Order: sequence, then C-alpha cells, then structure tokens
Amino acid sequence: MDNVIRRRTPGARLARLALYAALLLAALFYLLPLAVMLITSMKPLDEISAGSLLALPQSPTLAPWAKAWGEACTGMRCEGVGGYFWNSFAIVIPAVAISTVIGALNGYALTKWRFRGSELLFALMLFGCFIPFQVVLLPMAQTLGWLGLSSSRAGLILVHVIFGIAFTTLFFRNFYVAVPTELVSAAKLDGAGFFRIFWRILLPVSAPIIVVSVIWQFTQIWNDFLFGVAFSAHDTQPVTVALNNLVNTSTGVREYNVDMAAAMIAALPTLVVYVLAGKYFVRGLTAGSVKG
Amino acid sequence: MSALEIHEVRKDFGNERVLKDVSLAIESGEFLILVGPSGCGKSTLMNAIAGLEPVTDGRIHIADRDVTWLTPAERDIAMVFQSYALYPSMTVRQNISFGLEMRKVPREEREAAVERVADLLQITALLDRKPSQLSGGQRQRVAMGRALAREPAVYLFDEPLSNLDAKLRVDMRTEIKKLHQRLGTTIVYVTHDQIEAMTLADRIAVMRDGHILQLGTPDEVYNDPVDIFVAGFMGSPSMNFVATILEGQSGDYRVRIATPGEADLVLPWPVSRETPAMAGQVGQPLILGLRPEHFSEEDRRLSEQAEGTLLEARVSVVEPTGADILLRLPLGETEVTARVGPKCPVASGERLSLRVDMGRAVLFHQENQRRLA
Repeated sequence: MDNVIRRRTPGARLARLALYAALLLAALFYLLPLAVMLITSMKPLDEISAGSLLALPQSPTLAPWAKAWGEACTGMRCEGVGGYFWNSFAIVIPAVAISTVIGALNGYALTKWRFRGSELLFALMLFGCFIPFQVVLLPMAQTLGWLGLSSSRAGLILVHVIFGIAFTTLFFRNFYVAVPTELVSAAKLDGAGFFRIFWRILLPVSAPIIVVSVIWQFTQIWNDFLFGVAFSAHDTQPVTVALNNLVNTSTGVREYNVDMAAAMIAALPTLVVYVLAGKYFVRGLTAGSVKG
Repeated sequence: MSALEIHEVRKDFGNERVLKDVSLAIESGEFLILVGPSGCGKSTLMNAIAGLEPVTDGRIHIADRDVTWLTPAERDIAMVFQSYALYPSMTVRQNISFGLEMRKVPREEREAAVERVADLLQITALLDRKPSQLSGGQRQRVAMGRALAREPAVYLFDEPLSNLDAKLRVDMRTEIKKLHQRLGTTIVYVTHDQIEAMTLADRIAVMRDGHILQLGTPDEVYNDPVDIFVAGFMGSPSMNFVATILEGQSGDYRVRIATPGEADLVLPWPVSRETPAMAGQVGQPLILGLRPEHFSEEDRRLSEQAEGTLLEARVSVVEPTGADILLRLPLGETEVTARVGPKCPVASGERLSLRVDMGRAVLFHQENQRRLA
C-alpha cells in the first residue's frame, strides 16, 4: 500500500497505465545490455554468428566462462582473467580499507578537533574530488619512481588511497559534523583521548557512512582502468586491464561469447556489493540530513 | 576552602572579547548560578572552567590547584550538558561507568558506583537500556548519574533543564535542589532562566556582555539590584521602570511622576531608603523601579494601618493567572504591571485604587542605569 488516495475515473486509470508502461519500457531498455551480455556469454560461437543478438541460446554452455576465466589470451599469455581477478581483490581490499580508515580519522579531526585553518584544509581536500585522473599520471609515475614503487602492487594501492582520501574525507566529515560535539566534550571530561573517543564514541555510530565509503571506494577502485594500466606491471594488473587485453587480442576469430563472459566476471563483484549493501548505501548517504 | 576560584579571566574570539576580566570564587558545597541573556558569556565561562576552551588570560583554580592549563580530564570536574550528550552506542550502565573506566578504576568499584548512583537517581531499572530508549527526563537523570559517579570536586551544569517540558523541568529542579542539599556538592550551573536561578542558587552571578554585573544571594540580586539590567532581568513579570524627578531634601525626598492630562503623582521616598548620593540628583530625571508585587489592591478595612501610598488608575488589561491577577495600568507615561490577589474584583476599563509599597522601591540613574537608592 502506498497510502495515497487517488481519483478513480477511467481517464486517471488510463494515465496510470501509460505511466507504468513507460516505466517498464525504460527498465527493459536499461536491462537490455546486461541481457545481451548474459545470453551471448552462454552461446556457442556458431549460434552467435548465425542467430540474432536477442535469441536465447539453443544449447546453453558455460564453456565461454571457463575459457574466459582460465584459458583466454590476454596479450602474450593465455591464462584467462582469473589471476587478474584476484589481483584486483589484492589491490581493492587494502586500498578501500586504508582510504576508509584515513577518511574516517580526517573527518573526525576536521569536525571534532577543529584547529586554525581546518575549514580551509577541508576545502582544499575537496579539490581532490575534482582532479581528473589524467592530470596526475606523469607526476604520479615520477613520484612512484622516487619511492621505488613503480609497477608494484603497493604503488597502485598508494595511488588509489591518495585519490580516495578526498572522497572518504568528504563522506566522514559530513557525517560527523552532524554528530553533537557535546559527546566529544563529555568524553574529554570523562578522561578519554583522541583515539579513544574515536574508537569508543564515534566509530560505533558510523556504520552507515562506513558502508557508503566502502561501496564507493570499492566500485571506484575495482572499475579503475587508467591507473591500473599506467602503474602496474604485467603480473599485478587488475582485471579491468586484463579484460581490455583479452578483448583486444586478435588471433583468428573473435570470440564474442568469451569476451562477454570475461566482462561479466569483471563486473560481478561491484554488482554483488550493490545488491548486498545498496540499501545501506542510500540510507548512509541521507543519514545526517535528518536529525538522528 | 575555595572549591573554585577564577582570577581576571579573559577570553577573545578573534577580535571580540567575550569574557572581560571575570573574577569569582565559590566555597566548597556552594551552589552558584551563572545567569544572563544569550551571548552574555556564561557558557564561554563554563567551557573555560571545564577546560574545553583555553582562556586568553587569567587563572583558574579548582580545589586550590592551578588548573588553567590542565586538560578537562585532569581538572577533577564533571559536567551535565544541555543535550545530555549520552554516548549513543553504550547502555546506561556503560555511560555511567565510562569515566571511571577511563580513570582505570577497578571493575568492582565501578559497579558499586553505578549501583550507588542508580539508586540515588532511581534509574536502576534503566541500567541496561540504550539512551535512544529513554525519555527526556530519564536521559536527564542518566546525564546527572554520569557526573555523580565520579564524585569530582566541582560539578558543572550547562542549562540542564532547558530541553525538558515545563512540568518536568519544575520536578527536576526540585530534585537537583534536593540532591545538592543531600550530597553537599559544589555546583556551577548555567541558565538563562531567572526562576531556576532564584530557586536553586546559594549565590547568583548575573552576567552581561562578558562581565559579572552582580554576584550575590538570590535575595540581594532580587531586592538590591545594582542596575536597571539586573533589576529587569530577575523577576517575572519584570520590574516596572517609570520616569520620575527627584524633589525635596534629605529626610523629605519625593519622586514626582508626570502624568499627561492629569495632576502629577508625587510619592514620598522613605527615609530608610535614603542614600547620600541622592542629594546631588535633586531636580534630575531618574528611573523609579517598582516590582509588580509592590502594588496591592486597597483593602478598605485595613486602610487605617496599611503602609504605602495610594494611587488611582484606569486598568487597561486584566490577566488572571489563577494564583493571582496581573493588571496593566498607566503610571506616568508608561504602562506598568501590578500583581493583585485572585479575588480582586476588577474589570478592564475600571478605575482602581492601588497601594504602592515605596519601602521596597529602587531608584536608578537615567544616564548610566546604575542604582542610586
């Protein structure tokens, strides 16, 4: 029940019907690419070249998925995207964790331990949200070289953390600004220090914004291609780069089904994260806008 | 022994001086109330005492120890906040014992303290609840419990009742007073509510623009205000201020109130209220201060013995409050409020004879608003 009293004239019903039809059409339109990918990834090659794009597979097979995972050629090597899939996790998990922790501490310090210039510092950090990736490619490559982290997994993680901090700081700062500062004053009087107050008072109420930060960072870093292709060596490449290589490797016939399966594999984790935590994402983004 | 001493404390926010050389001292066991309109510096002073804001200049002593540059935790104080500031993720029990835990008090002692405080405030049944499951009054109790558990040298209360509804506020006010009488704690209490100040305080500090205008017992502040601001701030309905001219000489002073369209009203100034400074002000325009309860309806049976001067005026508004009746009536060029008994038979528009008790009247300079007599 949606708790609205509506007109019940025939015209009103017709208008409502048209509305639903339009919405349904839009939804189908958005789902179409996913459907085509899924269908294509489960067809044998001959069915693809013969049949229509939307026709359901006559003899469904998971062979393209297996090939994409374990055998497909990405450039010189033919080991599939499986290894790179785990590479991505090895990059994303530490990068998300570190940037979220730093963002939380930044947000806490910027709201509850204000200092001269803290507002200016926050405004400058916000700039980080608007810097195009391309601008920093060369200076970042130089910096990683100085640090001895070129083409290493640690280097790529560092780049993602640095870029992510602007966003995570923004999230946590805006969340903590709505948490009453008197809580921190009370804890100070009770004898707790900077980290103790964070750990015992702020962090237990931060679940919604942690979810937001994790989802945001996970999607951003998982889907990143540019930094991945620029700052990683062959064996530390993320899955997005491997997918690109797989699709661009042209030896003989183009295996659309394997391409689609590989693309699905590369997209699955972010999908799963959204499905599992999307509810909390919306809740966390709006938390703080209303009191509580 | 002084529980708290403040010496010439100054506080600047940028170019603005919020506290201007504030000094005060309170004895152990005393209940001091800082009262004043918003922006007067009372909360800033409270934060300075708590150590939440560093002072620009001056010294603060708590229990004869210089704490000016000690952290809030090192000062041996506890504070009850306006918003209660209960830790939302902790139960009531954890909220109360958190301060003890931070001070590494052993578990058994912590539990004993929680029991003692819960018993005192009658919140034992609530100990395992989260703050979000409590009503406003219950949160208020828990906030006090958290302060009481630590048994500090000084308790700070920052407008603790202002978020409660009127009925509960009166109840909690009484409870705080009882608690203070029972435990003999030293309390500094900030409020903008002058009734809270009058009912609770041993001494009241009336603040304005970063100064303490007057520091005294409720009786002193109410009956002997130092200036027009203090006189007008304390008391509800507030004191009436009437333009007047001083006449006569020592032993026979009178105040003349010019009334448009009628004969001037001349009221004798009681000899007991004379001050030497009055001699220089004869013929000068002054401000006469009369509280609403200094008026009373004339009782014809008692008029022979009754003290005070009679005046007659046309009542413009009658406001019965139940316990008494507030009348609005013209006196000179201003309209004043008079408080009369609930049985006074008067309707708006009628003329009424009122007796004025000049023995409690006050006189102020017009220019600097200071008290003259």
